[in-house]
Amino acid sequence: MAQNTRTVPAGTPTNVTQKHNKGGIGESTLRPDGTLKVTGEFAYSSDMWHEDMLWGQTLRSTVAHAEIASIDISEALAMPGVYSVLTYDDLPAAMKNYGLEIQDTPVLANGRVRHHGEPVALVAADHPETARRAAAKIKIDYRELPLVTDEASALAPDAPLIHPGRDDHHSGHVPHPNIVHRQPIIRGNVEEARKRADVIVEGEYTFGMQDQAFLGPESGLAVPSEDGGVDLYVATQWLHSDLKQIAPVLGLPEEKVRMTLSGVGGAFGGREDISMQIHACLLALATNKPVKIVYNRFESFFGHVHRHPAKLYYEHGATKDGKLTHMKCKIVLDGGAYASASPAVVGNASSLSVGPYVLEDVDIEAIALYTNNPPCGAMRGFGAVQACFAYEAQMDKLAAKLGMDPVEFRQLNAMEMGTIMPTGQVVDSPAPVAELLRRVKSRPLPPERQWESAGEGADVRALPGGLSNTTHGEGVVRGVGYAVGIKNVGFSEGFDDYSTARVRLEVINGEPVAMVHTAMAEVGQGGVTVHAQIARTELGVTQVTIHPADTQVGSAGSTSASRQTYMTGGAVKNTCEAVREAVLEIGRRKNGSYHPAWATAELLLEGGKIVTDGGEVLADIADVLEGEDAIDLELEFRHRPTVAFDLKTGQGDGHVQYTFAAHRAVVEVDTELGLVKVVELATAQDVGKALNMLSVVGQIQGGTTQGLGVAIMEEIIVDPKTAKVRNPSFTDYLIPTILDTPTIPVDVLELADPNAPYGLRGMGEAPTLSSTPAVLAAIRAATGLELNKTPIRPEALTGTL
Amino acid sequence: MRVNFTVNGRQQEADDVWEGESLLYVLRERLGLPGSKNACEQGECGSCTVRLDGVPVCSCLVAAGQVEGRDVVTVEGLAEFAKQREQHGHGGACGTGGGCGSEGGVTLDAAKQWQAKPADSQTGEGVELSNIQQAFIDAGAVQCGFCTPGLLVQADALLEENSSPSDQDIREALSGNLCRCTGYEKILDAVRLAAARQGEAV
Repeated sequence: MAQNTRTVPAGTPTNVTQKHNKGGIGESTLRPDGTLKVTGEFAYSSDMWHEDMLWGQTLRSTVAHAEIASIDISEALAMPGVYSVLTYDDLPAAMKNYGLEIQDTPVLANGRVRHHGEPVALVAADHPETARRAAAKIKIDYRELPLVTDEASALAPDAPLIHPGRDDHHSGHVPHPNIVHRQPIIRGNVEEARKRADVIVEGEYTFGMQDQAFLGPESGLAVPSEDGGVDLYVATQWLHSDLKQIAPVLGLPEEKVRMTLSGVGGAFGGREDISMQIHACLLALATNKPVKIVYNRFESFFGHVHRHPAKLYYEHGATKDGKLTHMKCKIVLDGGAYASASPAVVGNASSLSVGPYVLEDVDIEAIALYTNNPPCGAMRGFGAVQACFAYEAQMDKLAAKLGMDPVEFRQLNAMEMGTIMPTGQVVDSPAPVAELLRRVKSRPLPPERQWESAGEGADVRALPGGLSNTTHGEGVVRGVGYAVGIKNVGFSEGFDDYSTARVRLEVINGEPVAMVHTAMAEVGQGGVTVHAQIARTELGVTQVTIHPADTQVGSAGSTSASRQTYMTGGAVKNTCEAVREAVLEIGRRKNGSYHPAWATAELLLEGGKIVTDGGEVLADIADVLEGEDAIDLELEFRHRPTVAFDLKTGQGDGHVQYTFAAHRAVVEVDTELGLVKVVELATAQDVGKALNMLSVVGQIQGGTTQGLGVAIMEEIIVDPKTAKVRNPSFTDYLIPTILDTPTIPVDVLELADPNAPYGLRGMGEAPTLSSTPAVLAAIRAATGLELNKTPIRPEALTGTL
Repeated sequence: MRVNFTVNGRQQEADDVWEGESLLYVLRERLGLPGSKNACEQGECGSCTVRLDGVPVCSCLVAAGQVEGRDVVTVEGLAEFAKQREQHGHGGACGTGGGCGSEGGVTLDAAKQWQAKPADSQTGEGVELSNIQQAFIDAGAVQCGFCTPGLLVQADALLEENSSPSDQDIREALSGNLCRCTGYEKILDAVRLAAARQGEAV
């Protein structure tokens, strides 16, 4: 079916150029896309528009576990305005599944649904409401199956198997087919070490299911092309990972699926998995028309994986002088119906379960279950968040039992450079755990009765209950709590983690200018800002153009695991260095005979010139490049290799880099109504080197706030009787507003990691870890309650539950 | 149905509007103005905030038919709206159906060809920004930017009413606008900065 060449859709990203005289690394350079974003011109994936486009709609299962006896699409197909209705039977290729690590997720349900909201059918129509109404006319006969909802029902002898006959690479070592992956870590001798303990504390902790709640809904536009392929504009965290999963299901070679990153409205892990990408392509290829899919908020809650809810069982011992003796723990993560990132989350939860403490005798086990609950996968903090919530509660319990100050107790056991992790890996760069705690503790506390300090009488907006005007200070008590956490940076356990950067240097209007082209997903973190800064520093240019991210350049890896500044930033630095070397080669060839420094000195590119490390100017870059082709290089960059954890002992140098943050929370609790006001959430973090302090502080404050959300309000509630999600909306799933969020003073340390580009330390996730346990510790301090579950709702504080 | 209303000072006609369509949908999909954002479409997040006859509203909760004959200002028109307000005094001409931006605005055809275009955020070269827009950039209040259009419209309305708001005033005024990236600190910074600059300019 030949067709005319289509016009480029509205909202297609274009080059963004930023000119800046300073703006190298270490400067708080402003975002190159800032003007676009404040004028409403920045095109997000949901803004894509094509003149003859159709709207796609997904029909999702209304039950959690069932066989599909029949699907009748006839009524939907007969509706005016409907162009296509697709089910499993219409899938074009032999490959029908996708998945990050294990391809266990059906593109459309094949005779069985395993969780509430699983995609069953697709509709394309000329108006989104037509598509929705048509989807509602599809008749599905579900025969419900028994549910698996927790550890007991998943591992029972007669438990229904979520994936019978699974043959993935974890299936051989797990003790039960409803366990996705199991990672034990055994080091030292817990039984012997326990004998040295003067005090032992045990705890059972429950972490609720958190949603990433990025504001830009899953969305994108698929445009069929003349060669039978498809151009796909989407918001994602990793274009090339998507591509690897999309192409086989479409039955197309990867080069016929051309992906471009559209504007991304936040991610936080929730865009690491495929959502609407394949569905939009299927509909576009079936109708030969551009198809746009935009989830609404309700569907978004079903359209991406969530943070794993977890049960954590911990035992710690300590001597009476406050030294930890041993730790034993079991972490049970609910992975839901499909694997997603569960295996890697298990590895993280297990290997980071001791926290940033010295512990030589440990017995650790982490598992992820297959259940009929919503699938869970990546979210900021990735397995380390759940563990931190539990081990920090344990630290407070131990300190209390020993009669010690909770901060001093932590400092006494804090890891440092040279500490050996439970995996046997030596921490070989700065680990200023005690110092971070010292910094948050030494900060002056907010004034008592702070609600009065603003003016006369009580400003109810500064009190628990806020404008509901529930108290003027009566029944309000203050609590202060501390926590610290450890997170890994980059992809671990032997994964070949690399990033690619293409850098082009040429002379335009007598001035050297650089272009940086990567496939890095800018999801809001400011990667594009940092790339321009790195190019300026390495190439001595003022003007840098950021090329849109697409699959025409090599993979940049995922915008997750706190890795992008390290990895794609590192790749940009690496390619810039090669470009610089190419400039110097040309310079030596043309000018080398005029000055001995060309051969002998270390040469840099600064301020548009080639200079010696002593500051002597040898030539203008523009002069050297005159008459030359543009220098245009594309290179890969890798961090140091890691190895898989041993499946029995958990030993192995599995992580690339560690990162640390500490928090002090100050809360005020209305003990009569159980209302909590977080007054201040002070934080300190080591970032190795802040490439852009403005962005660094913004990341820390944002990450801290997501941790606060889990502490006091955020939880996807899944009915244990039906495995159905009960609160898929912003009316019922609450995230912190500006009224819920306190002032967040930030103290940034910069202790260089000699292994990392510029000494930087990946930093996006660490603040999300310790924020939650600090708030819980503060509420415990205020109320004297034990509080072993997130989030803390009023009924947990008033005892009315 | 056909809906006639003024958007950013320009008379607009939207045809074939289905009765259930929201103002947000008409702006985004029929008028080529996708600046107002669709984060929840149920009035909880504020990302679709526009001024309707001067009043900040969630455009996702306004039925398109309700705006017949009325004035709407979106983030795309915010700079011009603020400029007119400065020149004509409180409230601006846009909010009352005057001749705001009669030369400005975009034609429907031009809007549909809309492309994200490069610009220099350091200098704002070639782009005229309102005080609050510039302050959001300068203070680092923009990360993913999805909440930004709604926050800008809301914060601009706050500063129109209250030129030197306290932190609690800012928090109260912006409490209907969710942001998931920033933790709000830099948004507070931005509004304080805009208020201070506004004060200096007087």
